Amino acid sequence: MHSFFNPTSPQARAVAHLWWWMLGVGGVIWIGVAAIAVYAALANGGHRESDDLQHVSPDTHSRMERVVGVAGFATVLVLVGFLIYDFAVGRALAQHPQRGLTIQITGQQWWWEVEYESPDPSQRLVTANEIHIPVGEPVQFKLRAADVIHSFWAPNLNGKRDLIPGYMSTIWFKADTAGVYRGQCAEFCGLQHAKMAFYIVADPRPKFNAWYAASSQPHQTPTDSTLLYGQRVFMTSGCAVCHTISGTQAQSNVGPSLSHLESRSTIAAGTLANNHANLMGWIVNPQAIKPGTRMPAIPLEPNQLTALVAYLESLK
Amino acid sequence: MTAHGTSLPAETTLGTVALEQDAAALDEVWRDRPGFWGWLTAVDHKVIGKRYLITTFLMFLAGGIEAALMRTQLARPENTFLGPDKYNQLFTTHGTTMMFLFAVPMMNAMGIYFVPLMVGARSIAFPRLNAFGYWNYVVAVVFLYVSLFANTAPDAGWFAYVPLSGPAYSPGHRVDVWAQVVTFTEIAALVAAVNIIVTTFKMRAPGMSLNRIPLFVWAQLVVSFMIVFAMPSVAVGSTLMLAMDRAVNTHWFNYTEGGDVLLWQHIFWFFGHPEVYIIFLPALGFITPIVETFSRRKVFGYTALVMSNITTAFFAFGLWVHHMFATPIPELGQSLFTAASMLIAIPTAVQIFCWIATMWAGRLRFTTAILFILGFMFTFVNGGITGVMLASVAFDKQAHDTFFVVAHLHYVLLGGAVMPLFGAFYYWFPKITGRMLSETLGKWNFWLFVIGVNVTFFPMHILGLNGMPRRVYTYLAATGWGPLNLLATIGAVTIATSVLVFVINAISSWRSGEPAGEDPWGSSGLEWATSSPAPSYNFLHTPLVTSRHPLWDTTVEQPVVTGLATDHREVLITTAFDARPDARHEHPTGSIWPFYLALCMGVVFIGSIFSPYFVLGGLGLSMLGLFGWGWQGSRATGPEIVATPKSITEGI
Repeated sequence: MHSFFNPTSPQARAVAHLWWWMLGVGGVIWIGVAAIAVYAALANGGHRESDDLQHVSPDTHSRMERVVGVAGFATVLVLVGFLIYDFAVGRALAQHPQRGLTIQITGQQWWWEVEYESPDPSQRLVTANEIHIPVGEPVQFKLRAADVIHSFWAPNLNGKRDLIPGYMSTIWFKADTAGVYRGQCAEFCGLQHAKMAFYIVADPRPKFNAWYAASSQPHQTPTDSTLLYGQRVFMTSGCAVCHTISGTQAQSNVGPSLSHLESRSTIAAGTLANNHANLMGWIVNPQAIKPGTRMPAIPLEPNQLTALVAYLESLK
Repeated sequence: MTAHGTSLPAETTLGTVALEQDAAALDEVWRDRPGFWGWLTAVDHKVIGKRYLITTFLMFLAGGIEAALMRTQLARPENTFLGPDKYNQLFTTHGTTMMFLFAVPMMNAMGIYFVPLMVGARSIAFPRLNAFGYWNYVVAVVFLYVSLFANTAPDAGWFAYVPLSGPAYSPGHRVDVWAQVVTFTEIAALVAAVNIIVTTFKMRAPGMSLNRIPLFVWAQLVVSFMIVFAMPSVAVGSTLMLAMDRAVNTHWFNYTEGGDVLLWQHIFWFFGHPEVYIIFLPALGFITPIVETFSRRKVFGYTALVMSNITTAFFAFGLWVHHMFATPIPELGQSLFTAASMLIAIPTAVQIFCWIATMWAGRLRFTTAILFILGFMFTFVNGGITGVMLASVAFDKQAHDTFFVVAHLHYVLLGGAVMPLFGAFYYWFPKITGRMLSETLGKWNFWLFVIGVNVTFFPMHILGLNGMPRRVYTYLAATGWGPLNLLATIGAVTIATSVLVFVINAISSWRSGEPAGEDPWGSSGLEWATSSPAPSYNFLHTPLVTSRHPLWDTTVEQPVVTGLATDHREVLITTAFDARPDARHEHPTGSIWPFYLALCMGVVFIGSIFSPYFVLGGLGLSMLGLFGWGWQGSRATGPEIVATPKSITEGI
C-alpha cells in the first residue's frame, strides 16, 4: 500500500495515466533510437562510397539531411504533445476544493504532527503520524515545518509537497477506496530521514466520525492501581516534559501526542508495530532503534517500566 | 588512406640539421625543470593536465568506493553495516566528490591537456594561473578526505539545503568543510574556464577560423562560458552567505530573522542545473572525433552540432526550478520551467541523430572507444527520456527525491558523461602516454560497465515509484524494497569490477603497452600531428590550418608558420574570428608562486572556518605571492613571423 502504481485518488490516477503514456511513447522512442543506432553501426551504409576519407556523395548527404530533419521535427512534435498533456493534468491538479476537511501537518525531526482544524476550538484534534480521513471527500492539508525541510508524500494518493520553514504550502486529495496508505518523508532531513513515515487511514464517513469522536475524548484518570502508578511514572520521570496525554497535566508538544496511543498501529513514526514488546524496547533504548532521535532513554526500574507501558496501553 | 600525421614536413624549406637544432632549443626553453623543485614549479599544460587527469580519476575511484559502501548498506532491509551518521557522511562525500572533485575537474583536465594541442598552440594562455587552479583543486581534495577520515566529513547532502546545513541543525564543522571544498573547486573551475576561453579565442593556429574549430574545442569553449556564469552563483551562496550564516551569525537563510530558506535553493540550483551540462557537453565533445575517426567520415551537420552546443548552454540556465517543483512556487511559473526542460531535449536529440547519420555513412571499426560511444547512446537516451518525464510538474511531484531520480541522474551522468569519458580514455590514451590501451581488456571493461550500470540503476526506477525516497540509510523489510535493492548492489559490484579492469589495463599498458606512434587511429585533428606524447613545445612549427580536418584534407605537405623565437617561450597570438597572426607574446616560465598562492588560499578559506584572523593573515601572505608572480623581466622582439606558403594566410 505504498506505491505510485496503485493510485487510489483521482489526482494520483491522472498522474499515473500521464506517466504510462510517457512510458509507452518513450519506450517506443528508445527502442527506435537503439535499433537505428545498431543498424547504422552494423550496416555498411557507405558501400556506395569508397572507404577513403572522401566526402559523402551529395545524394547520400541529402538523404541524411532529410532523415535527420524528419527525426528532429518528430522530436519537437512528441515534446509538444507531452507538454500539452502535462499542462492539462497540472491544471486539473491545481483546482483546489472549496470546502472539506482541513488538516495541518507539521513536520519535525523525525515525526509528523497532525492537527484537525475546526472553527470550534473544542473540536480541534491533535495526533501524530497516523492520519484518518473520510473516503470520497476532498481533504486539504496545510503543511508547515518546525525545524528543517521535510516533504509530505503518500504516492497512492498524490505527489509530494515540501514543508518549508517560513512557508505554508498546501496539497489536497480525495481517497476513492478505503484502506491504509503508507507515506514517508521525501526530503533529506537529517539522521533519521529514513525512519519518518506516516500512515493515511481512509475510512467511510461513519467510521471516520466514530474515530474522531473517540479520539476527541479526554482520558479519565485510571482506577487500577498499576495504571495509576504508571501514570505517576509518566508524569514524574520526564515523559510529560515532551508529550501530551489529553485529560492529564501532560500538555507539551515537543514530541508526538500520546493521547489514544493504543489506537495507532505503529510507534516511532511508522518504524515499529505498536505492540507490547516494541513499546517496551522503544522506551528502554530509543537510540538503538532510531539513532539520533530526540527521545532520550530514561532509566526506569523494571516495575516502573511495566506500569508505564501498561498505562500507555490503556490509552485506547 | 594517404599518409599524413607524420612530422610536419618542413624539411623542404629548412635543413634537417636546423630542425633538430630548433627542436633541441625549443625543448630547452619550454620543458619544466627537473627534480622535486621542478615538479612543484611545473606549468606545462600537458604536465598539469596529466596530473589533473590522474587526480580526478583517483577521485572517481574514491567516489566509487563510497557508492559501493552505500550499496552494501542498502543491500538488505535494516542492515547495520553503516549507521545513519556514517551513511550521511558517505552519501554527501560521494555527491560532492563526483560532482566537484571528479566530473567538472575531469572535463576541465581534458580541456587543459588537449585544447592547446587541438588548436595548434605552443601552450595554454595562462600557464601559471593554470598551475594555481590545479593546486587549489588539490587543497580541496586533501581537505575533504582528511575530514572524511577524521569523522568530520559534511553530512547535509551535496546540495546542503538550509536550514539543515545552517548553524542550528548542523553544529560543528562538517558543513563548513563542504562550503570551503566548494570554494576551492570553484576557483579551479573558473581558472580553467578562463584559460580555455582565451586559448581558444587568441591562440589558435593561423587559418583556424571559428568555423574550423574542432567540436571538442567548441564544447570546451561553450562550457567554459557556462562555468563563468554559473560557478559564481554557488561561490557566493556557499562561501559568502552560508559560511557567514554559520561563522558570524548573519541571517541570509534564517527565516526567523527575515532570511529566506528558498533563496538557498535558487542560488544553488542556478549553479546546480547548468553544472549538469558543464559535465555533459564536454563529453559530447569527445564523441564527435571518435565517431569521425572510426566511421572514417567527417561528421554530419557540423553547424547543427555547434548550434546545439550553444542552445543547450542557453537553455541550461532556464531549468533550475525543475529541482524545486515540490516547493510552494506558483504553478504558472513552474510551467515555464517544464517547457524549458522539455525544450533542451531537442538540441541533444539533434546531436545524437547527426552522429548516427555519420556512422551510417561510414563503415564502423569496432574499437573499445566506439563501443563506449554506442553504450552512451543506449544508456543516455534512456536517461534523457526519464528526464523528459521528470520535466512534467505533475509526475515530478511523485518521482522527485526518490530512487527514480537517482536512476535518472546516474543514467544521464554515467551514460552521458562517464561512458564517453571511457571512450575518450581509449582514444586519447596513446597521445598522452605514447602507448595503446589493451583492446581485449577494453572489451571486458566495456561490457561489464554497460551491464553493471543497467543492473544497478534500472531497478531504481521501480524502487522510486514504489515509494523509496533518496538519501535513506535503511528501509523496513515490510516495504518490499529488499530484492530490487539487492539486485542494484549486485550491479554495483559489476561496475566496480569493470573499473578495476580499466585500472589494470591503464597501469599495464602505460608500462608496457604497444607503442602508439603519432597517429595510431588515422585521425583528423591537429593533436595527432605531433609525437605521442607531444614534446614540451607541442609543435616544432605552428601548423597552418586550411580546413576542419587538417590531417584528412591536407594532401600536400602540411603548411607551417615559422619565425617564432626559439630562445624564449614565444607564442603566436591570432585574431579571435579568423585566426590571422596578430601578435607575439612571451609566456612565463615555471614558478613556485602558483603553489605558494594556492597554499595561501588554503590558509584563507580553511582558516575562515576557525577564525576571521586567518583570512587577514592568509591574504597578507598572498600579497608576497602576487608580487613574486608578477616579477619578470622584458625582452626585445624576435624576427618577423613568416607563414609558408604566404598565399594561404592571405586567402583566409
